[in-house]
Amino acid sequence: MGSIAMPKPDDAVIARRQEIVKALRAIVPGEGVIDAEEEMRVYETDALTAYRQLPLVVVLPDTVEQVAAVLRYCHENEVKVVPRGAGTSLSGGALPAADGVLLSMMKFNRVLEIDYPNRAVVVQPGVTNLGITRAVEGDGFYYAPDPSSQIACSIGGNIAENSGGVHSLKYGLTTNNVLGLEMVLMTGEVIRIGGKHLDSEGYDFLALMTGSEGLLGVVTEVTVRILQKPETARAALIGFPSSEECGQCVADIIGAGIIPGGMEMMDKPAIHAAEDFVHAGYPRDVEALLIVELDGPEAEVDFLLSRIEEIARANKASTIRVSHSEEERMTYWAGRKAAFPAVGRISPDYLCMDGTIPRKALPRVLAGMRELGQKHGLRVANVFHAGDGNLHPLILYDANNPGELAAAEAFGADILLLCVEVGGVLTGEHGVGIEKRDLMGAMFTEDDLKQQQRVKCAFDEKQLLNPGKVFPVLHRCAELGRMHVSKGKLPFPDIPRF
Amino acid sequence: MAETLKPRDARELLDAVKWAIAGDEPLEVISAGTKRDFGRPVQAGHVLDLSGIAGIVDYEPAELILTVKAGTPLAEVEAALDERGQELAFEPMDYGPLLAGEAGRGTIGGMVGANLAGPKRLKHGAARDHILGLEAVSGRGEIFKAGGRVVKNVTGYDLPRALCGSWGTLALATEVTFKVLPKAESEATLIIAGLAPQEATEAMTRAMGSSAEVSSAAFLPGGLAAGQGLSGDATLLRLEGFGPSVDYRFESLVRLFGKDAKIERLDQAASKALWKALRDCMPFAEGAGPVWRCSVAPTAGAGLVADLSRSLAVDAFQDWSGGLVWLRMTGSDPQAEAVRAAVKRAGGGHATLVRADSSLRNTIPPFEPQSEALAALSQRLKAQFDPSGILNPGRMVAGH
Repeated sequence: MGSIAMPKPDDAVIARRQEIVKALRAIVPGEGVIDAEEEMRVYETDALTAYRQLPLVVVLPDTVEQVAAVLRYCHENEVKVVPRGAGTSLSGGALPAADGVLLSMMKFNRVLEIDYPNRAVVVQPGVTNLGITRAVEGDGFYYAPDPSSQIACSIGGNIAENSGGVHSLKYGLTTNNVLGLEMVLMTGEVIRIGGKHLDSEGYDFLALMTGSEGLLGVVTEVTVRILQKPETARAALIGFPSSEECGQCVADIIGAGIIPGGMEMMDKPAIHAAEDFVHAGYPRDVEALLIVELDGPEAEVDFLLSRIEEIARANKASTIRVSHSEEERMTYWAGRKAAFPAVGRISPDYLCMDGTIPRKALPRVLAGMRELGQKHGLRVANVFHAGDGNLHPLILYDANNPGELAAAEAFGADILLLCVEVGGVLTGEHGVGIEKRDLMGAMFTEDDLKQQQRVKCAFDEKQLLNPGKVFPVLHRCAELGRMHVSKGKLPFPDIPRF
Repeated sequence: MAETLKPRDARELLDAVKWAIAGDEPLEVISAGTKRDFGRPVQAGHVLDLSGIAGIVDYEPAELILTVKAGTPLAEVEAALDERGQELAFEPMDYGPLLAGEAGRGTIGGMVGANLAGPKRLKHGAARDHILGLEAVSGRGEIFKAGGRVVKNVTGYDLPRALCGSWGTLALATEVTFKVLPKAESEATLIIAGLAPQEATEAMTRAMGSSAEVSSAAFLPGGLAAGQGLSGDATLLRLEGFGPSVDYRFESLVRLFGKDAKIERLDQAASKALWKALRDCMPFAEGAGPVWRCSVAPTAGAGLVADLSRSLAVDAFQDWSGGLVWLRMTGSDPQAEAVRAAVKRAGGGHATLVRADSSLRNTIPPFEPQSEALAALSQRLKAQFDPSGILNPGRMVAGH
């Protein structure tokens, strides 16, 4: 197990387990309530597998009414609830609580409506990200955000994490592609926001819900916008003798007014791992490799590719290849898309980190990472969404070697602190969860975090939903609500007034 | 005594807010004041003017990032971006002509507070889709920051986005960071003449469902088209991008609509001028009739107008591929119940009373009334940011 501590379970709640299971069975009949230890095992972790915890009980509702009744019961009886989608969180967002109900939304797996004229699709939250595209691609449409786990991850989880993917610079994140939600609050109240119209009314609760890591409400229905597939897509594979030149090439492409559909960079260890694994034909003698994908009308793609070739040459690219067929384009991507398993092949275990940095800081961060690697005695390979500055360092370690997991976690924390130091952030798309919870103080002041926690108080005053995630220190809502303002006259005699 | 307070930095703003909390003195928050007549009239003894907290803090074209103080005039920001061939891609509308009789005075803070957007909303979203981070003073009298200065960030709740469209009722931004984008090298508008409203919706839907990457789609009926230099009912499709791409996509649309369609082309300058006029609701800038802004599903807009026209005298045009319906009532009565009932019949969305006398905006909720549970959640959120109710009390909803 890793080193991050979870809130101490409430023994009084654990003692009431039989009673809670019975109450849940009255709400969700049959196999929808799981309390046998061996059957609960599959829920004990998500994709942050170093952390495991059996929940008190697992419940799988299949109607909104059941979700509302479960949450209302738990609210009235002060029982914690951890919502879960497909369980692909890389930050421990779905880690169960020993004294909490695990609420799986995976029975909500239906596409409810496809509305092509309004370019909107209404789905239940357990539908996978790729499942949305699969439902509409026959008619030439797709759902734009494409996190690398898209074959498995659920749209409800995408809402929780505001998932991105390789196309987010041009097509946005989940938050830019969601039109409406139905959700259930911890009190059991059902709320609908937005719809098929483009802007939702009143306060922007869509914005608050997206990226809230399951702490504010449980999503029961999602309306997303879909896009017409681009007419064509072509990619360029460009190798550089140094990461500085690669970084400059990226800056020059954007400086030329070009926003590629995708722009991915890999460092030497990642290139070699990927090439050994899938034989994508990547050059081995380069320090940095850039995949630039352009999508859109053919005339535009051809025109821009020639511009990009010029820019790459001006930045001393040592290899430039441009795809001439769909097969060739897919080969360029094959290595990048297999980067994580490829690294898994050369190391028994790896930690996937997720910081975002200003692009210009990339050479400094890569150099800093090499030094940190020596300090912690571990190797790191990097893949980088170069368009939007999202960096995924993969730290290689062996959990069977005593102390290596702890060293990898310490190395990871140091990398994220470096990201913050250069003006970046702790997490670009994987979420804070438990993994980065205790680093939040590096980015935010006490006042910053308290204002965030007050938002939670508006949704979940008893703080029962997904506890122990995101915030390093828990404060009661009553305490957060207290005002500390001194009485007095205008304390600012100098302010201009009229 | 009524005061107008004009702090020059975040620290002075903090002092002003603390003073207001301590004395229980509600504040009407303004910057340039171009949208002062939007929403419910604020009952406050004092005015807090944020236009003194101004200036571009940091602009890095290669990073596509802009950090700016909230009182900075939008025109100044747009000029700075233009110099480097970039823009705020969501094309923030200017309510000045419609509400204040003067264009070009709005500020960044007002843009965030109103979550402004323009005709490119279809492709590029609104202010909330481009904001990355902010520093603000809450109604609790605390400075806080949220978000960051990078494009991709999920560290904590997305407060920057959530504060967009909160009309200064939760917290007051002092510094805001945005994602900016390269300006399109070229633009053109394809006009299809003579389509009836429902046919126009079908044409816009076909265009938006094609791979022509239409960035704006609007329908202007004959009566309003004349004021924009067009004749007869005009269905407008805007294409932006690199020159060869715009021409290629224009031709693909011409093929899509076939040779029977009456198609014209507006080039760069004329196209830009037309969309700017639609962005700022210029067809209704003249006159004083109540103006509504209705947001419905794109295919429902034409039906909404037809439905209302059966019983009321209204002028209307549609942006956002039909989904944004601007309505001007011919009489002085906003006919709120009829408009809102028609929006419901059109499948839902919302109707905002944008222009009306203050006495009307006091009795008719200018913002769409919410369901009980959603209204209660909104009220709880307001209380978490502004427990004393000193920031623009009553601006969005009566009572808080």
